[in-house]
Order: sequence, then structure tokens, then C-alpha cells
Amino acid sequence: MPEETPLLLRPFAALGDTVLYLLTDLGRMGIYLFASLLGVFRRPFRFGELVKQLRFIGAGSISVIFFTALSSGMVLGLQGYYSLHKFGAEGMLGSAVSLTLIMELGPILTALMVTGRAGSAMCAEIGIMRISEQIDALECMAIDPFRYLISPKLLATLISVPLLTAIFDVVGIFGGYLAGVKLMGVSSGSYFNGMMQSVTNHDIRLGIIKSFVFALLLVWICSGRGYFVQRIRGAGFGAESVSKVTTQAVVLSSISVLIFDYLLTAILL
Amino acid sequence: MTRSIDAKTSEPVIRFEEVTKSFGDRRRRHVVLNRVSFSIPRGRTTVIAGGSGQGKSVTLKLILGLMRPDSGHIYVDDLDVTTLRGAELRSLRTRFGVLFQGAALFDSLTVFENIALPLRERTRLSEEEIRERVMATLRQLELDGHEEKFPAQLSGGMKKRVGLARALQLDPEIVLFDEPTTGLDPVMTQEIYELFSRTQKRLGYTAVIVSHDIPKVFDLADRIILLNRGEVDVFNDIEEIVHSTKPYIREFAEMTMGELFGGNSGEKGCADE
Repeated sequence: MPEETPLLLRPFAALGDTVLYLLTDLGRMGIYLFASLLGVFRRPFRFGELVKQLRFIGAGSISVIFFTALSSGMVLGLQGYYSLHKFGAEGMLGSAVSLTLIMELGPILTALMVTGRAGSAMCAEIGIMRISEQIDALECMAIDPFRYLISPKLLATLISVPLLTAIFDVVGIFGGYLAGVKLMGVSSGSYFNGMMQSVTNHDIRLGIIKSFVFALLLVWICSGRGYFVQRIRGAGFGAESVSKVTTQAVVLSSISVLIFDYLLTAILL
Repeated sequence: MTRSIDAKTSEPVIRFEEVTKSFGDRRRRHVVLNRVSFSIPRGRTTVIAGGSGQGKSVTLKLILGLMRPDSGHIYVDDLDVTTLRGAELRSLRTRFGVLFQGAALFDSLTVFENIALPLRERTRLSEEEIRERVMATLRQLELDGHEEKFPAQLSGGMKKRVGLARALQLDPEIVLFDEPTTGLDPVMTQEIYELFSRTQKRLGYTAVIVSHDIPKVFDLADRIILLNRGEVDVFNDIEEIVHSTKPYIREFAEMTMGELFGGNSGEKGCADE
């Protein structure tokens, strides 16, 4: 018979249980990330699967990224114009739009869009493979599930997200141009000139670093939650567990992206 | 039909020594195996039976190192599975073939690709050799013509046969079957058991079958391991079950083999005798 915890100590016992669970979970996810990164370098290399994932995560997300970027850029163009117009500084519009997109909105919105579109699908797919014992089957055939299953997704996300971010930036700047120059009448020359004078390599580097970190976060959290679907506290069983864990993965991934955005900006700016 | 048993004298290939496995947290602990010890004879068929939640599938996962026991040791020959990690564990697993409860076929791969998977990943055979081997297996298991289908297009019995074909591709020494006839009709169940019997005789592997399809599965058994509330009882003969004086085993025999034993285990009359 397990020893009964005295009533007064139960909140502390529950807190202790939760802390232990969180530490175990973090440790498990850390090992998962390490094994997945290692799997990228293990042979045989699954080139076909990598291409399939690039198509799904990267090419499949282009339309979503295009429309998100276009609308974001246009909103930035309009908002920027009205704000700058008050100070007679419409000429700074190109600079404001491009810096905001390259350093902040591009990496963040791309990561959030990819999380919603591909991260959730990744989590659900791996979760279903786990509950239907397909991952156990891989292990029983002495096939490393990280190399076979996770690493192509990880590599494809690390390649796709920075490229999608670049597309986001370009389309967003074009959206700002449409709103600022074509609709509001800002001079085309000052829009592009302002952009070229204010955007430095450091800004572009910051955007690229952010997009890599966000890509790693989203693929780690989304695939990892699916992989450990049966070990997540309160997730339940079967199809219900996959649905709950997929929601949890998307929320956790999105929040992590936002927190890391602040941290990276604070450190690298 | 009861089989003549010589599993008593066979050399063990798998040994459980004082193995304990439990689930749940400190407050709600459920002990599935409580310091159990038993062995599985080489080249024979061992059936692991018991009610739901008694640890049958857990036993298989422990053998494969997919789970770790709380205490105790599990040996495959002289290798202690509980101490193996990484490459050593993967190397051990190459000796096993596993047929999972739901066959665990990869949904995105065709029947051919599913069966070819272990050959592509674990051997250096050419694509032509792989095709030859897979097609030969498909013919043996009467699956030819279905190689381009996806698992979702197969019946339950066909999925099990594809799962068996995949499990046997690397010529395993030991094949583990987890509830192989769950969800199948009686005719298909009989067919699957006949298939197991044929392949086991032809290939000579050690078979471990987890099932609650009793008494049918006992026809295949050289050794029967009954799990109940964390304890195990090992029988080398179906009649040993009937003659057992343990109340839960008598109850188990009456409930599961009532038809075979005239509805009363106390009569000890085997229908086949």
C-alpha cells in the first residue's frame, strides 16, 4: 500500500510531482532534440523523404506565406504612412516597413504560419504513428526512428522556414510599396532609397538567426509532442490524446516563438 | 488437439528473473508484474495468456527493451536486455521479428514497401534482390496481386499477413506476436494460426504469442504462461491448467475453456482425448 500523504502536505506533494514531471519532460525533450539532430548525419540518408518534406513544409506553405506577407506589408504601409505623415516623414516609410518585416514580422509570422499549417500536421502524424505502434515497429526492426522519421522533417523545416521568411520579407515589402506608393502617393524612389539606406547586414543577419531558431523550436516542439504523446500528463488515450497534444504543441510552439523573439532581440540587437 | 510437450527440456532463449514492472505515480501504483521469473524455450511456441491489463503486451515490450522493468533482469541468451542501450539494443532487436496487434503497417507505404522496409534499411541487397524476396514472401502468404495496395485498402486478416511477412524478412530467431487475431472472424483466426504453425515449422523460430484467444491458441503452445495480478504460472501442458488447484486458474479454465472441458474444469475431460 502506498504511504498516504498527510492532508496539509498534499499541495506540496502535488507541486513536487509537477516539478518532477516538468523536469523529466524537459530532459526527455532535450534528448529527443539531440537524437534528432544526430540523425541528420546518420546513414542511409533519406533524400526522397527530405524532398517530400521540403515540398510539404516549404512549397506547400508558399501560398499561405504570400497572402499573410502581402496583407501584413500593406497594413504596415498604410499604418506607417499615417504615423509618419504626422511628422512629415513619409520618406521613411520604406525604411520602417522593411526593418519591421526583416527583423520582426517576417520571422515571427512565418514561424506561426508554418506551425499552424505544417507543425500541427507533423505532430498529429507522429502521434498517430506512436499510438498505432508504427514507431515501436521501427524500433523493433532496429531502424532508428529519429534518423528515419524525425530528422528529415527537422532538416526540411530548417531549410524551409528561413527561405519562407525571405519570401515573406520580399512580398511584405512589395505590399508596403503597393499601399504606401501606389495608394498613398509616397515617392517610389524615397521608398526604396530609405529601405536601402537603413537596412544593414546586421538586420538581415538578425532576421535569419531568428528564422533558424524559430524553425528549430517549432519542429522540436511539434514533432516531439507527437513522439511522446503517450507520456504527456493529462493527454488521455488514443485519438483524443493526439488531438489534445496537437493543440498543446501548436500553443506551446507559438508561445515559445514569441518568447524567444524577445530574448533574441534583446541579446542580438 | 493437445500437443506432446517437450518444452520442459528445451534450452531457454529468454529468461525473466525477479522482474517487477509497475505503472502510475507514487499514489496510484499498479503493479503489473511482481517479481516474476520464467523462461521461454528455444525453437518452441510459448503462449502468454491472461485477462486484460495483466501485462501480456508489457511482457513483450520488456523483452524488446521498449520498456524497462522497475527491478529484475531479462536475458536473451546471455544478454541482459535491461542493461543494453543504443547500438547494442538495436543489434539485439535484429534477432526479433514482431507482429503487432494492429499489424503496425506504415500507412503511407504500399504493401510491397512495407515488407521491403527492413530489407532496404537493414541489408545491402540490391533493389532487384529485394523485389525477388518480397515477391516470394507475398506468394507464400497468398498476398500476390496486392503489393501495390496501401494498408487502408486491406482486410484485417491481410494486414496481419503483411505484418507477418514484414516480421519474417530478416529471418528472425524469435518472433513475437501481440494479440495476432484480435478483430478477426473465427475462420480468419483459424487461417492465421495455421499460417503461424506452418511458418514456425518451416523456419524453426522461437514463437511467443500473446493472446486471449483461448483455447484456440493453446493448440499451438509448447508452453503456456498465465499472467494474473502480477504473478505468473507456467504450464507445459494444457492439462496442467485443468489439474491446477489454484482457485484463479480453475476459474480461468472454466471461463475460457468451458466448452473444451465440458463446461467444468473439475471434470478434467479433454475433448480431444
